[in-house]
Amino acid sequence: MAVNDYFKNLVNLPRTFVESFIRHGKPTSERARSQTVMSNIFLHIHSTRIHRYTLKKTFTFGLGIMAAASFFILTVTGILLMVYYKPSVDLAYDSIKDIHYVVPSGRFIRNVHRWATNVMIVSVIFHMARVFYTAAYKETRSFNWLMGMGLFVLTLGLSFTGYLLPWDQLAYWAVTICSNIAASPRELTDLLGITHFFDPGGLMKVLLLGSEEIGQDALTRFFWLHCIVLPFFMVMILSVHIWRVRKDGGLARPDHIKDKDLKGIREDENAKHVFENAPQKTYGLMCLVKGKSPVVGKGPENTIPSWPSLFIAEIALFMFTFAIVCVLSYFFDAPLKEIANPTVPENPAKAPWYFLGLQELVSYSAFMGGVGIPTIALLGLALIPYLDREKQTLGRWFDNRTGRRVARHSFLYAAAVTIALLAFTVKFGWLRNWYPDLSQAVIIFINPGTVLLTFFVVWSFHCLYKYDSTRLSAIALFTCFIVSFVILTYFATYHRGPNWHFYWLKSQWPIH
Amino acid sequence: MTSLEQTVNKHDMEIESISRRDFLTTSAMWAVVTSMSFVLFGLLRFPRPALFPDIPKIFKIGKSEDYPLGSEKIFEEKKVIVRRDAEGLYAISLICTHLGCIVTKHADKFECPCHGSKFDDRGKVIAGPAPKALEWFKVSQLPDGKLVVDTMKRVPIGTRYGI
Repeated sequence: MAVNDYFKNLVNLPRTFVESFIRHGKPTSERARSQTVMSNIFLHIHSTRIHRYTLKKTFTFGLGIMAAASFFILTVTGILLMVYYKPSVDLAYDSIKDIHYVVPSGRFIRNVHRWATNVMIVSVIFHMARVFYTAAYKETRSFNWLMGMGLFVLTLGLSFTGYLLPWDQLAYWAVTICSNIAASPRELTDLLGITHFFDPGGLMKVLLLGSEEIGQDALTRFFWLHCIVLPFFMVMILSVHIWRVRKDGGLARPDHIKDKDLKGIREDENAKHVFENAPQKTYGLMCLVKGKSPVVGKGPENTIPSWPSLFIAEIALFMFTFAIVCVLSYFFDAPLKEIANPTVPENPAKAPWYFLGLQELVSYSAFMGGVGIPTIALLGLALIPYLDREKQTLGRWFDNRTGRRVARHSFLYAAAVTIALLAFTVKFGWLRNWYPDLSQAVIIFINPGTVLLTFFVVWSFHCLYKYDSTRLSAIALFTCFIVSFVILTYFATYHRGPNWHFYWLKSQWPIH
Repeated sequence: MTSLEQTVNKHDMEIESISRRDFLTTSAMWAVVTSMSFVLFGLLRFPRPALFPDIPKIFKIGKSEDYPLGSEKIFEEKKVIVRRDAEGLYAISLICTHLGCIVTKHADKFECPCHGSKFDDRGKVIAGPAPKALEWFKVSQLPDGKLVVDTMKRVPIGTRYGI
């Protein structure tokens, strides 16, 4: 009877409903858990089993997951902030003030959004360094390194476009500077006298601002980029980035891993005795393929199930990231200066800290520091996996003792060169101070930024010849890049004051 | 001769070897690619603003009597300083040529707060990263005697409007 079936179905509804979306039963057995990971669209971004080396803390330090976790926190808090934020020149500043002072827990959410940005940028940079120094960009992983570069640029783009939204003094003048950096190819076209016909700088500025001056169009565009375009690409590329890690066989790891490398990482008893020394059955030779033969006498891959080990590690890292962000947000408020005033610039008008290294370069030449050197640096980073194709052990910090030595020497070399050059520039000035009538062309091509770049390129070629290895040459160049980035950022943050003059301490800044 | 015939025949055969279905599918795919490229190409113009907000580029600065010898006046909103010396009136832009900050006037020079560019009294670069001198704008007089500065017309350094 249909009526009986009807009531029976009604009674069974809770069970059949749960069964309809959990198709493998409750994840109580290892098999069911594997199947859940396999068939769930979100969990499937990980494989069902991972190598134990993946969970080695001193190998990854969890940096990639921390970056992804902070992006997740940023997405959630960003969506919350959009409830109250009004992207209009007249209302933006007041709406941020409302969020800060009136909206319940608004200040905390805004602080979390601000601090998660900082955590994300730091972890992205460290993650890039980790991947580089453990040679995890090699072989099949070259393209994923490019994806990572894309994510790096998107991270900086997102944090920068968010910077204008409060429409305060800091925002207005940082964006003034940036939009004029976009227009700085004019320095070059002016020299050639072709700006009138061919003006890529002017075009970029107009595309960014939607106008020739910063106004409602600029705010609308930055809001659109910050809330829709860049997050969209971020999610897409991030998915590809993590997916490809899985497709490349999990995190890069050495071929021969000693047991002491894996101390303290959970083992799977079931995976231990899969391959015996003596074959249990007869095999026939089908074909010969390239690749490595399985290790005999041990578990074939030394793997453990992703659920629970990997997921627990990831959740722990997420909670760790969230805890850092919450503590910082509790103690330090996100800054909000006076409302934007187009007639009086901030003095000094400083960009957010992660752009200050660039701002120091920009203070030598707008075009070279703001467009030329960043382009060269990004291109250089992107090309690393294509120019360094040496076969080597993956997954070990600095490869071996020689790698460590080159990194150490490069560190000392880059630090010495950068500090010496900064000291020289502060003490003696640069070409313009000695020859006021010098053509701008000379300044564009010979300034502390390009001199630094030349020193680094020469050093990396020196290492290329000395060690006869592209990998060691790449280590030399990358170390120089990271060291100078850190020193320039530190220098511009702490030692540049009003009028971009040098000061030892902030307390020495003149009062005005 | 034979070889040519063979080539022609071979060529014919190659053409025949494309089935109608393959031909139609390939043409359809190329039609998609072409039309989508045109759409994309058309959209490239979309983000470039066609209209700019109407910010007045010419503004009045008063009458010549307002400017006794040696006087100067700063127009904050317009980011221009107007000065009078023995040779006449002149207007200098206060927008730094480096990255667009507003320079501050000191006794005999201009200084930019953002990256430390310094300009002399006439706007020439003395120090810092600025690529060129501060701009000089054209000063002229309207029929009713009022003076105007035209920020769209640049004049060489040293050009003055004689009074």
